[in-house]
Amino acid sequence: MQAHARQWVKLTEFNKTVMSELLIMLSVFILSIIIGYLLISKVPPLLHTPLMSMTNAISAVTILGALLVFAVVPDIPDTVFGALAIALAAFNVVGGFTITERMLKLFKNKKE
Amino acid sequence: MNNWFELVIDLIIILIFLGGFTRFRTPKGARQGNFSAAFALALAVVVIITSYRIMQPHIVILALLIGSALGWLVAMRVNMIQIPAMVAFQHGAGGIAAFLVSFIELTRNTLPGFGVEKISGFLGLAIGALTFSGSMIASGKLANIIKKPPLVLPMHSHITIGLLILIVLTGYFTGYLQGRPLTILLAVMVAESILLGLVFSIRIGGADMPVLISFLNATAGLAAAFCGVIIHNRLLIACGATVAASGSILTHVMCKAMNRNLLKVFIGFRVKDSADPIPAFFGEEIVADNLAGIGDESPAEPPAEVDPLTEAIRVCREAKNVIVVPGYGMAFAQAQFDVVRFTTLLEQSGKEVRFAIHPVAGRMPGHMDVLLAEAELSYDKMIEMDDINQDFEKTDLAIIVGACDVVNPAAMTTKNTPISGMPILLAHNAKRVLVCNLDDKPGYSGIDNPLYKNKKVIMLLGDAKETLTKLIDRYISES
Repeated sequence: MQAHARQWVKLTEFNKTVMSELLIMLSVFILSIIIGYLLISKVPPLLHTPLMSMTNAISAVTILGALLVFAVVPDIPDTVFGALAIALAAFNVVGGFTITERMLKLFKNKKE
Repeated sequence: MNNWFELVIDLIIILIFLGGFTRFRTPKGARQGNFSAAFALALAVVVIITSYRIMQPHIVILALLIGSALGWLVAMRVNMIQIPAMVAFQHGAGGIAAFLVSFIELTRNTLPGFGVEKISGFLGLAIGALTFSGSMIASGKLANIIKKPPLVLPMHSHITIGLLILIVLTGYFTGYLQGRPLTILLAVMVAESILLGLVFSIRIGGADMPVLISFLNATAGLAAAFCGVIIHNRLLIACGATVAASGSILTHVMCKAMNRNLLKVFIGFRVKDSADPIPAFFGEEIVADNLAGIGDESPAEPPAEVDPLTEAIRVCREAKNVIVVPGYGMAFAQAQFDVVRFTTLLEQSGKEVRFAIHPVAGRMPGHMDVLLAEAELSYDKMIEMDDINQDFEKTDLAIIVGACDVVNPAAMTTKNTPISGMPILLAHNAKRVLVCNLDDKPGYSGIDNPLYKNKKVIMLLGDAKETLTKLIDRYISES
């Protein structure tokens, strides 16, 4: 119960600053798309597969959200779903970065 | 927790991420980039764990360990030809995580009506769920577990759009609910989204897979970003949006390389012409790879007195510079090692050998480069289409291995075919052309390749691996 009360307080806090919060989130979203676009359009096609594999790992950043599920006392379904989300996101993160490293290690330039 | 401190930490983590992307210019730099992105994510996890009191730590740690261990195990065992299937599978895992988190947060969100968070939550839920099911289908197709050709249902496009409308409507009603009805309707929404993912991915196959996998890359990022809005987490929004941008760029590159419009890939609009007689109604399955009946005339027989293999060896010997055009057929026959072995031989006898890589040569963007790198081809020899096309004219010999549509001159000369206007590798400009394909049937597009009937072309039909082994043996024994 206490946790729920705490969440309520948190939510009303959000309400007070909702406009500025939204503006920050919107600008983060737009800025990331622009910066991402600028940086990634310069990646050579040679590296497109490792790029996708790495961004795939990064998209499992939802692991942070899954961990935050456990920041308030979760009920039983939340525990099950939350744990599942953590495990799958961890699978995606670790697998993605590992496989990217394995691929990139294969690229060799014999001239050098 | 201090807000400013939190902001600074987030900024640092985002900067490490972006720094990783700026290193993605050379393979060596990319390794550092990959490492710094992994480091940034690990840092973010540590920050979350230390700054919040995590309940039920034993469950959390167990889930983290199991997921990581499985991820690592699978990633270490998978071989390079399976990379597209593996990446698609991971997209799916990320999709589930995104829709589960959105689901939990939506049931916890007690605000009535529609705030931005709620709408974002719905979007995270729907996009995450369709990424999951779409990726599972894509992964199954890429791993050859699902061998079915693209399946077109009756009124397929109507079903797709109908489902989309249904999801929006469900979201609209869900916004006013609380408690148990809310949970139920959210589950319905997940089910509808999963169905939508299935419906749009089953009709895509063959050469369109690179578009699908890139698109799912973008949606996985988008789902994470929307999930970030509902939990007010800047990192999720920033990372998710960057990934969405990356996936969109790759989708665009793939569409351009195939002269396909994204809408046509998904809504499935097919150019109707004589070369595409397959009807798309009433559960008719389109056997995309098997449109063979169209170009039924047999190819021009090589002059009977010259054995093509002997002729091929002679041409290889005479050539001073060679460009190899690898296609998915090469990868499918696992012939990349033999191709590289043969070209190494050619190089040892003083010839200049380069590889021309078409953007859609593999099953995902850049896949061919990874396969060739695995076969220990130096990456300075892998040249992109735009950089090598003007060189074919000056080239003595082009060796095509398992490629058809990407070297089909009909793309430039004919109108109203699926490949018309598609950029191709100009292998037909080389002085001689050696084709090591399984057969002389048309490729995925179903369009006959006039190149095969050209006099300067030597056809070595059959399994590419066997053909290459024969070439290598003859080349060695006769030198």
